[in-house]
Amino acid sequence: MAKIPAAVIGVGQTHHRAKREDVSIAGLLREAVDRALLDAGLTFDDIDAVVVGKAPDLFEGVMMPELYLADALGAAGKPLLRVHTAGSVGGSTAIVAASLVQSGVHERVLTVAFEKQSESNAMWALSIPVPFIMPVHAGAGGYFAPHVRSYIRRSGAPGHIGAMVAAKDRQNALKNPYAHLHNEGTTVESVLASTMLWDPIRYDETCPSSDGACALVIASEAAVAASGVTNPAWIHGTQMRSEPTTAAERDQVNPQAGRDASAALWKQAGITNPIEEIDCAEIYVPFSWFEPMWIENLGFSGLGDGWKLTEAGETEISGKLPINMSGGVLSSNPIGASGMLRFAEASLQVMGEAGEHQVDGARKALGHAYGGGSQFFAMWVVGADKPAN
Amino acid sequence: MRDVAVVGFAQRQMKELDGSPTCLEILVPILADLYEQTGWTKSDIGFWCSGSSDYLAGRSFSFVSAVDAIGTLPPVMESHVEMDAAWAMYEAWIKIQTGEVDSALVYGFGKSSAGILRRILALQLDPYTAQPLWPDTVSLAGIQAREGLEKGLWDEAAMASVVARSMSDAASNEWAIRRGATSVDQVLAQPLYADPLRRWDCAPVSDGAAGIVIAAGDKALQARQRPAWISGFEHRIEPIALNARSLVTSTSTAAAGAAAGVDGVDLAELHAPFSHQELILRSALGLADDVRINPSGGALTANPMFSAGLNRIGEAAKAIWAGESDKALAHATSGPVLQQNMVVTMAASIKEDS
Amino acid sequence: MFHFCAMAPSTEQRVLHAPMKVEFDYTRSLGPVLSAFMSALKQHSVLGGVLADGRVVVPPPEYDPVTHAAVTELVPVSDVGTVLSWSWVADPVSQQPLEVPFAFAQVLLDGADAPLLHAVSVPSASDMATGMRVRVKWAEEPTGTIRDIAFFEAAGDDASDGSASMEFGAPEVTGIVSPVHLAYDYAASPEETKFFRGLAEGKLFGQRCPVCEKVYIPPRGACPVDGVPTAEEIELPDRGTLTTFCVVNVPFQGQTIPIPYVSAYVLLDGADIAFLHLILDIDAADVRMGMRVEAVWKPRDEWTTSLDNIKYFRPTGEPDADYDTYKHHL
Repeated sequence: MAKIPAAVIGVGQTHHRAKREDVSIAGLLREAVDRALLDAGLTFDDIDAVVVGKAPDLFEGVMMPELYLADALGAAGKPLLRVHTAGSVGGSTAIVAASLVQSGVHERVLTVAFEKQSESNAMWALSIPVPFIMPVHAGAGGYFAPHVRSYIRRSGAPGHIGAMVAAKDRQNALKNPYAHLHNEGTTVESVLASTMLWDPIRYDETCPSSDGACALVIASEAAVAASGVTNPAWIHGTQMRSEPTTAAERDQVNPQAGRDASAALWKQAGITNPIEEIDCAEIYVPFSWFEPMWIENLGFSGLGDGWKLTEAGETEISGKLPINMSGGVLSSNPIGASGMLRFAEASLQVMGEAGEHQVDGARKALGHAYGGGSQFFAMWVVGADKPAN
Repeated sequence: MRDVAVVGFAQRQMKELDGSPTCLEILVPILADLYEQTGWTKSDIGFWCSGSSDYLAGRSFSFVSAVDAIGTLPPVMESHVEMDAAWAMYEAWIKIQTGEVDSALVYGFGKSSAGILRRILALQLDPYTAQPLWPDTVSLAGIQAREGLEKGLWDEAAMASVVARSMSDAASNEWAIRRGATSVDQVLAQPLYADPLRRWDCAPVSDGAAGIVIAAGDKALQARQRPAWISGFEHRIEPIALNARSLVTSTSTAAAGAAAGVDGVDLAELHAPFSHQELILRSALGLADDVRINPSGGALTANPMFSAGLNRIGEAAKAIWAGESDKALAHATSGPVLQQNMVVTMAASIKEDS
Repeated sequence: MFHFCAMAPSTEQRVLHAPMKVEFDYTRSLGPVLSAFMSALKQHSVLGGVLADGRVVVPPPEYDPVTHAAVTELVPVSDVGTVLSWSWVADPVSQQPLEVPFAFAQVLLDGADAPLLHAVSVPSASDMATGMRVRVKWAEEPTGTIRDIAFFEAAGDDASDGSASMEFGAPEVTGIVSPVHLAYDYAASPEETKFFRGLAEGKLFGQRCPVCEKVYIPPRGACPVDGVPTAEEIELPDRGTLTTFCVVNVPFQGQTIPIPYVSAYVLLDGADIAFLHLILDIDAADVRMGMRVEAVWKPRDEWTTSLDNIKYFRPTGEPDADYDTYKHHL
């Protein structure tokens, strides 16, 4: 049986902030959901099923919060799923929602991912002392910094590459009204001058802690036709891959799961030369150095050459491969939603609705998320044209 | 839709797992059982999906180490739901329906005994107006049971007969935690524990894990001569608030059952962690009196969180494999007092109109 | 640092156990509806939400269950009501409204159309009955939470409205603090148990995967490549190569090591996987990839079944390992 073509017809997100003290958890989600429904020209009654994604329940202290959220999300009487695949969850959630349509089971699916980090403290939730173990790594930055050092050693990248990524993403964020950080005047020099937190990662090279949500409406070919939406983001391919957190001789800089997922994704989307055929990409970069690392992992460049694209300015909005036009995770990080925001921003680009951070003529875009210890990958390609396959 | 069948099922349950909350210790033999049943290896599996809870384990990302049971280098296509693994199976079934893969292995696990389960589950409630009171699972079920009792929808004897039948049937289930031939009078002779409930009306706190293999078409027939073909797979949710829904009926179960199609079902495995909930479910599904209910003993005899729903599907499939049923129904529940419900129907033969 | 040495019985069990606490006081912002509801509770008044169909629901839902629109109209209801159903709590759990036996009940407040779930305090189950009239017992110290209703208590059959007597006007409640304090019995896996018990003897036990033959330390319940438990025990030396590292210069909750410090992956000689530990006795700026390091143990009488028996690793002074010898461990 052939897969049903599916497309994003509605995108919504919150104004991401350190603390959204004006809303409850449900209110935060509804801000994104209401925008997505409005964008799609639909109401809750048009929705067949709801898929919710978020990172660990300990962040908000609500066990399986989708149960409590069912009513606010208009899910009562409908199927509701809750996905949790660590940091990649926003992406995985969108993929599950897409598969509900592609399978022919549903016509219109609402999916929403969120995190309200201000309810607790992510560092606490991720570093609860476990008996018998001695915690020394100090949060996600401490976890990833040694691998960034390995990347620098392997690739011979100059030390300012991370700062270039951070400065670019913060400048891009100024063009995105929803972004959490609007730090005007961020430059390579100011990033390099910021405090070294987890050497080799500086303060300005890390993502913020945000409250936020993102929602998408995904529709079948028939439902797209029946909608008033004329510029849907067609889903050309979706992939997920997982590998262990730690294993003997596992490559933690260039994980095989990411390589395998992207190779399968390009094949599925009929792409033979990603850097030529992809117009722009929203990639999960919570620490600046992950831009060049993922450029290589995704096959946009040869091994050890990812940083050269960054250094040459090719990942700027005007470059050959614009990356994180929205400002990316470095400018807004509601963890559970961060992956879906990448998928959503990729959709906005091919819909031509990215506003000030629109890439001219973008017709094919990548949305990417990763999670855990660089071990869970979720990605999709969306296009302005209906997929041929 | 593609024809997809359940072809493998393995489970482990115990009152208390004296081991790590990662449950690797029981997942590894479960996967080994599944490979043996199907004759397959890891490379035959196209998609993996699991169900578990961080709050049961008491730490974030508790599912992450469980993938070690698979052995994930080279990497696998894998996902996870923070739900009973019955919903992981739904995600896997959807994946097969997209045509991307032909087979999937799903598993669920949880060590409920690590904390005070009935208290931890209060964290599922509305975090503003309900959870701060810590209403425990047993109390919520007690409120539900009393409402039905006082409205004359069921009586103590009906509840006791569910308990007696479950424990008696569980006598032959090696994985049951509470089992043995039991009469209605013996049940009624037990003291009240949480008035109006007796301890035996409430599922025992259980640790455990379970796994299921599903596959499409010929791939399923490779693994098993008489697979349990999925003929209906539906789930629905209701509002969480106890005052926003009827507690003595289950509209979500009724809707899922109607959509899945319950006609011709001769056996039903119902995920009812409290005795009166089985009565609600039977009524919602409109099951005929001659339908065999929970021959495994059901959740009242072992209720490992995050795999108990999957177990119902596995037990129902087993009955089809063994020729004890031609069409079986399995039900899974999640959330406080039957908030979310799933109905799967399986048949020995592929329906002709598919 | 956490110490688990007070776990005498654990050595007799099959695997190591230790208590683990998961405790956080969550700060919840409320949004307009819940803000109004909590603010009123603080004033000893109960508000219900008016739904599109005219029903008054307590607590007020933020969104109408039928129209899905935000609920905007709130009205006061009585603090007296009728029990619709209940369940006896013979053995209360921590943080419930009462520490002595009580009932959880669905209470339909006069003026509302849907019941509120809360506690009813009566001496025994025989004092509870569906249909009984109950009245709010307000908490002595108002907090602007649902617990401003301490519980309900029996009221006479003729009890009537005693609510909405206070005027609004106090500072609005916009957030609540929700303490979630959980206690778990943490248990190590059998493989980890051997490792931790070895540590108590000053030994470092790894295990070899029977399939790929890689040596894991700590040993694993399942080899992450092959999915089978590691088995053959291998005692490893307490020295090895630092593969990669970072310099931690950020303070965080629960941290006890003075910053800056070096957190590094140490690949013990003979092991096929590195683990994270602390590097000291060297200026952070002088730490490098490939540096040879050795364990510095606590005094023997302080040893427990914990990895922190090794206080840190320090340079051995040997020449650095060649990059090619550890590059596949990055």
